[in-house]
Amino acid sequence: MKKNLFNSKFFTAAVMLSIFSFMGCGGGEGGGKTDSTAAASSSGDDNALIGAGSSFDNPLFSKMFSEYNKMNGLKVNYQSVGSGAGISQLTNKTVDFGASDAPMNGKQDSAVSAPVLHIPVTAGAVALSYNLAEVKDTLKLTPTILAEIFLGKITKWNDPKIVAANKGVKLPATGIVVAHRSDGSGTTNIFTTYLSKVNEDWSAKVGKGSSVNWPVGLGGKGTEGVAGMVKQTPGAIGYIELAYAIQNNMAYAKVQNKAGNFITPTIASVTAAANITIPPDSKISLTNTEAADGYPISGFSWVLIYKDQKYNSRSSDRAGKLLNLISWMIHDGQQYSSPLTYAPLSPAAVAVADAILKSATYDGKAILQ
Amino acid sequence: MSPTANKNSITLSEQSLGVIDSKSKAGSLSARALGRSGRQIRMEGLFKRTLVLMGLIMVILVFGILITLIVESVPSIKALGLKYLWGRTWDPVQDIYGAFPFLLGTLLTSFLALLISVPFSIAVAIFLGEYYPKGWFSNFLKNTVELIAAVPSVIYGFWGLAVLVPIVRSLETKIGVPPIGVGIFTSSLILAVMIIPYAASLGRSVIQMVPSPLKEGAYALGATRWEVIRSVVLPYTKSGLFAGILLSLGRALGETMAVTMVIGNTSQLPTSIFAPGNTMASVIANEFTEADKAVYLSALIELGLVLFLVTTVINMIGKRVISRFTND
Repeated sequence: MKKNLFNSKFFTAAVMLSIFSFMGCGGGEGGGKTDSTAAASSSGDDNALIGAGSSFDNPLFSKMFSEYNKMNGLKVNYQSVGSGAGISQLTNKTVDFGASDAPMNGKQDSAVSAPVLHIPVTAGAVALSYNLAEVKDTLKLTPTILAEIFLGKITKWNDPKIVAANKGVKLPATGIVVAHRSDGSGTTNIFTTYLSKVNEDWSAKVGKGSSVNWPVGLGGKGTEGVAGMVKQTPGAIGYIELAYAIQNNMAYAKVQNKAGNFITPTIASVTAAANITIPPDSKISLTNTEAADGYPISGFSWVLIYKDQKYNSRSSDRAGKLLNLISWMIHDGQQYSSPLTYAPLSPAAVAVADAILKSATYDGKAILQ
Repeated sequence: MSPTANKNSITLSEQSLGVIDSKSKAGSLSARALGRSGRQIRMEGLFKRTLVLMGLIMVILVFGILITLIVESVPSIKALGLKYLWGRTWDPVQDIYGAFPFLLGTLLTSFLALLISVPFSIAVAIFLGEYYPKGWFSNFLKNTVELIAAVPSVIYGFWGLAVLVPIVRSLETKIGVPPIGVGIFTSSLILAVMIIPYAASLGRSVIQMVPSPLKEGAYALGATRWEVIRSVVLPYTKSGLFAGILLSLGRALGETMAVTMVIGNTSQLPTSIFAPGNTMASVIANEFTEADKAVYLSALIELGLVLFLVTTVINMIGKRVISRFTND
C-alpha cells in the first residue's frame, strides 16, 4: 500500500480542527451566542452601561450621554447598529438597553424571554423633500396625492390633483422621480405606516415595515443617499429625516393632517403630534395624529429595557443606574433635543414614560420611587 | 542502518526512487551519503507538511463558508422552496422573496462591464507586453493601471454619484429615456473601469512570456507587427488572457459598494439598460442590518448562497472553456 498523505497525523489533526470549528458555528441562529454570560451586563464594571440600536437616535444620544457623564461620571457606550440589530442584542441580553424607531413586532415579541418595556425618549418627523427649482412656494400635499405618487399612479408634477391642492402655483410638466430608502430603516417604517393608515390601496399592495416592496422609484442608501438623489435629480421627491432636511436647507412640503390642516414639519409640530392620548405601554404610532396642529408623519423613538431587571446576575446597583439614566433622559435630558433638531417629548408622553419607568422592578420591588 | 527518528512507515517500492526525500529509507540513505544531517532531512518533511496544512486550511475555509451559508439558509429554503430562484417579488412585509431580479441584475451588470472593459484590458496588455515592455512610459502606465485596482470601491461609488451620474443623465435626456442617471448602465460603466486592471496585468505578464524565437521566426518570414500579434502572440497567450478575463468577471460579480450607490436599488425587474435595478451583493449589504424577521434574514443569506454558487458555476464554465480551446 502506498503511503499517502491521508494517513498522516497532520491530516487527522486538520480534520479534527475543522469539525470543532463547525460545531462552534452550529449553535445560535442569526443572533450569535445566546449564553454570553461573559457579557458586560453581568461584569463587575457597573459604571459603564451598554446600549445599541437606532441610528436615528445616535446624534442625540451622543450628546445626552456625554452630558450625563460630565454630571455624574457614568459612561454609556451606545452602538448605532440599527433598530433591528438593537432589538436582537437586547433579546440576547448582551446590552443593557436597546433603542428602536418602531415598537417590537409580533415575531420579535415572541423571541424575547421576558416582557420588555418601551420608553419613548424623543420624537422625529419624516419630511417630504422635492427638487423643483422653478417652484418657489412650499408645496402642499394631501395624503392621497402622496400615496398615489409613491404607488406610481401620479407621474407628473402638473397632475390635476397636485394642481388642485396648490392653487396659484405654476407646476411644470416634469416627470416625478420617486426616491426611497434601499436599506431597512425606521424612517421607512414611519412613512409606510402613515401611508397604510391613510390609503387603502397602499395598505393592500405594499403595507408597512422597515423594508417594503416599493412599486416605483430609486433606492438610496441611508437618508444621505435619498437626499443626494433628490438634490441631483430634477423632479425628484423623497422622504428624509426632518433633522437632515433642516440642516441641509432642503425644500420640503406641507402635509395635510387628519384635521385637514396643512402642517409644515417643525420641531414644534412634531411635539404637538405627540400631545395626544398615549396608551399605557406607549406602543403607539404618531402617524396620522389626531392633534390639530400636529405633523402627520411623526414617530416616537423608544428605549427598550427588560421589565424585570434581575437577569444574568445583574446587580441592583446597575439596574438603578440604568433607570436613573433613562429618567434623566426624559426629563432634564430633553433640553438637548431642540438644538439638534429632535422634538422634545410632549407632557403627555413624559407622563406615560414616567409611569412605565416606575413599573420596572428588581427582584419584585420597583426600582424608582 | 536503522531509520532515524522518522516513524512513518516506509515501503519497498519507494526504495527504487532515488529522491532525496526524508520519508524514504533509500532517500535517507542516499541523503546521508551526500552528507545531509538528520535535522535537514526532518526540515524537508516539516516544510512539506506545512505546505499541505496551508492548502488544507484554504479548502476547509471555503467549504466552511459554503456549509455555513447552507445551514443558515435552511429556514428560507423550507419556507419558500425552489421558486425562490425565479420569483420576481421581494416583499419583506408579506415574507415573499424571489431572487430573480437580483440574479438578473448581477449577471447583466457583470457581463456588460466585461464587454466594455475587455477591449481596454487586452489593448493595455498588448501595449505593455509588446510595444513598450520596458522604459519609463511603460512603468508609468503599468503603475497607473494597477492603481485603478488599488482605489477603494467606495470611492468609485462616490465618483460615480458625483461625476458619472450627471453625465449619464444628460445622455439619457438626449436619447429620450427617463433621465434618472442611476441604473444598470451606470453601474456597468463603473464596474468596467474597476475590473480593467485584473485582465490587463495578467495579460501583460503572459504576453511578455511569449518566447522570442517564436516571434522572430514570424518576423523572419515577413510578418508585420500586427500579424505577429494576431497569429503568434495571441494564440499562444489565449489561456492566460482568458484566465485574466475570468478574474475580472469574478471581481465584477461580487462587487458591492460601488454598485449599490449607482444602481438605483429597486426590487422591480429592470426593463431596459437604462432602468434601475439591483444586484445580489447590493441587496445583502443594504438590508442585512435591519432584517428583523428570521425568514427575512435567512432569505438574505440564501441570496448570498445563490451568489456563491453562481460565481462557482461561472468559474467552472470558464475553466472548461479554457481547457477546451487551448492546448494546455
